[in-house]
Amino acid sequence: MSKDISKELVEQVREALAQRTPLEIRGTASKHFYGRTPWGRVLDMRGHSGIVNYEPTELVLTARAGTRLEELDRALREQGQMLPFEPPCFGGDGTLGGAIAAGLSGPQRPWVGSVRDLMLGIRLINGKAEHLRFGGEVMKNVAGYDISRLMAGAMGTLGVITEVSIKVLPRPDTETTIILPIDPDSAFPAVEKWYREGLPVTGSAHDGERLFLRLAGTRSAVDAGVARAGGKQLEDGEAWWRDLRDQQHAFFHDDTLPLWRISLPPMISETGISGPRWHDWNGQLHWQRTETPSTRIRAAVAELGGHATQFRYGDRESEVFHPPAEPLMRLHQRVKQAFDPADIFNPGRLYTHL
Amino acid sequence: MASVYREEDLGFSVDRESLIRLLREVLPGDDLLLDNESMRPYECDGLSAYRELPLVVALPTTVEQVQDVLRICSALNVPVVARGAGTSLSAGALPHPQGVLLSLARFNRILELDQDRRIARVQPGVRNLAISEAAAPHGLYYAPDPSSQITCTIGGNVAENAGGVHCLKYGLTVHNVLSVTMVTMDGDRVVLGSEALDSPGYDLLAAVTGSEGMLGIVVEVTVKLLPNPPAREVLLVAFPEVESAGNAVAGIIAAGIIPGGLEMMDNPAIRAAEDFVHAGYPVEAAAILICELDGNADEVRDQVARVRALLRDLGANDIRVAETDEQRTRFWAGRKAAFPAVGRISPDYYCMDGTIPRKRLAEVLQRMQTLSAEYGQRVVNVFHAGDGNLHPLVLYDGNVPGEFERTEELGGRILELCVEVGGTVTGEHGVGMEKINQMCLQFETAALDQFRALKAAFDPNGLLNPGKAIPTLNRCAEFGAMHVHHGQLPHADIPRF
Repeated sequence: MSKDISKELVEQVREALAQRTPLEIRGTASKHFYGRTPWGRVLDMRGHSGIVNYEPTELVLTARAGTRLEELDRALREQGQMLPFEPPCFGGDGTLGGAIAAGLSGPQRPWVGSVRDLMLGIRLINGKAEHLRFGGEVMKNVAGYDISRLMAGAMGTLGVITEVSIKVLPRPDTETTIILPIDPDSAFPAVEKWYREGLPVTGSAHDGERLFLRLAGTRSAVDAGVARAGGKQLEDGEAWWRDLRDQQHAFFHDDTLPLWRISLPPMISETGISGPRWHDWNGQLHWQRTETPSTRIRAAVAELGGHATQFRYGDRESEVFHPPAEPLMRLHQRVKQAFDPADIFNPGRLYTHL
Repeated sequence: MASVYREEDLGFSVDRESLIRLLREVLPGDDLLLDNESMRPYECDGLSAYRELPLVVALPTTVEQVQDVLRICSALNVPVVARGAGTSLSAGALPHPQGVLLSLARFNRILELDQDRRIARVQPGVRNLAISEAAAPHGLYYAPDPSSQITCTIGGNVAENAGGVHCLKYGLTVHNVLSVTMVTMDGDRVVLGSEALDSPGYDLLAAVTGSEGMLGIVVEVTVKLLPNPPAREVLLVAFPEVESAGNAVAGIIAAGIIPGGLEMMDNPAIRAAEDFVHAGYPVEAAAILICELDGNADEVRDQVARVRALLRDLGANDIRVAETDEQRTRFWAGRKAAFPAVGRISPDYYCMDGTIPRKRLAEVLQRMQTLSAEYGQRVVNVFHAGDGNLHPLVLYDGNVPGEFERTEELGGRILELCVEVGGTVTGEHGVGMEKINQMCLQFETAALDQFRALKAAFDPNGLLNPGKAIPTLNRCAEFGAMHVHHGQLPHADIPRF
């Protein structure tokens, strides 16, 4: 489905601005659970969809924000390419705009790149109801401030993303997942060592008992990697990584404890926070289920140089994301003002006072 | 020589004596340069056609001193221009005649190199190459490699979002910096990003990277290091037409191969380089590609075979694969020496930096030749073919009256051409003072307003690097009026990105 409703969207923003009515920017609501509780009049992005331009040999895809990730995945697969940041598609759903705004990157993030790493250009309706264009479809572009990347992870608080140009990459010829029964402390340094030897690592996760290692590249490289790392091959590896990307494994389904997403500097397997834990990103991302109060989690994680997001099943009235300290918070508020002076876009979704 | 700054950028009324008195309290001895003779080396950067002397040059050694300098300048409403090694090709570090030139050259220490975590924490005045040299004993390196890497500093790299010849695969500065410590114009110290991935809140690190010293002063940078690829092969490929070389680049990428480096040179560039370094380049070729494949040994072996077959099908008439390290270095030598090589065949040259969608390459090169003939100035092309970043070198003689002005105008036309085909006026050199007029063509008024609003969030009084990077409405109005004379622009119907 391809349709440009940007004029209507601009009109709705203009109206909201005139009435000072906050807007909740929404695609398929697949990430409705994420961030602080959304509120406001819904600005439905689903009608603004379709691939605008896709040039496989230029490694660029431009699509409207309401385009389903599934549709993009199909189009890319036909050309043997992929969205490199592996955005989660909860329940097979999710839109490109939502993926950018949430800024969530999947298992291959440490080796291939994050949402913001792959951003090339954007169209955006700002808080003055102006429809603007930043960046473009070329790989290198330093004209003006990098407003495209600034939108990644901003949770829609700076404007309405209407169109995105993103760098895409070839899908590897072969992909294999092997399972190794080793503990995190020895697993992560081992994977790092293999990576430095040239093994084509694109995933390294640990479920508390076993290391799941994904190798992807040419057949020859993957075979050599399997021979080097050993372990047992997992039959349907692709499904296993998809379920990790979308948090569909049983570990993620227990809603009796808040689920935290904790990002840490490399090589830290232990945070001292009690409760069940999975590791992704070769240990740099901890999925932690715990009753520990958020202040204690944040203090412990900050001490280690990381930050903690209360991802799901927790209190959404207080801060969900690790709040920046002053004077950085003040800078955030000024940036918000610069894009959305009337405070109409997703107010409070990112931080209480933003 | 008249100032290249516009009158509206020179509206600061600064009492130099009061400024010096206050700065002296925090910058003793030669930390503060005041006389014209000692300030002379700072009057220009790599774009030496533009020159200005600042009011004073500050050379702090501590972050506290930087904070003090910015607080003083805030209080007295004095412009501040930051400078690293001064290798900018866009006059980004050109001093402001009413301001402080803030040199970060003394921040030249590598603070930490953690080989286990593949992280280096460095001061902004550390040279780009020095990071890779320090990391080399551990089998690691810092990926972005601008051609000025022997001299240029990491602080400048952050300010310009510097690229290099390996960006397509390994990214720009923005992809390889984990965190910066920045001093705001208020004198506050903020840390943007972290060693942990994907920091919460707004990605201000992305906004600051490539912001050309307009948002804050970077005083510390944490970069990620990459392991040296275990295998590396370099191919030198000749083509009888430029167009087939362009198609070959698309063909390689369509085959699912991302080379570590993929460079193109046109015939005049090949000849100049060959005369200079004798790299063994085929001087009859219309274009050559230098293709570096790196990574896993098995993968590279397979890729070399595939690329060879592909290139033959796509019209290459000479394909050589370097067999020794010495030969690999030689294949690269001509490309790396392309600029000085051109310097030998012309008294002066002017380096442009547009980026275009690769599929428009043949058309752009052809139209550039037409422009070259129209202005009577020769143009030589080297091209980061993998990522579409074009470096046309316009040859001129600065001693011939009018040649520089003609060259500047031709350069402007080339940038307009890049914008017209859907590209950008600058891929990696920055806007600075040089391309500020062309920004008016690339962005619509409201987008420029948004840039200014973002700038004001960091620097409400517009004291950081005034007159650069983002044009004022007045400038655009004047440039637009002057510009209609070409009778071609504005192209109201084309997308401006």
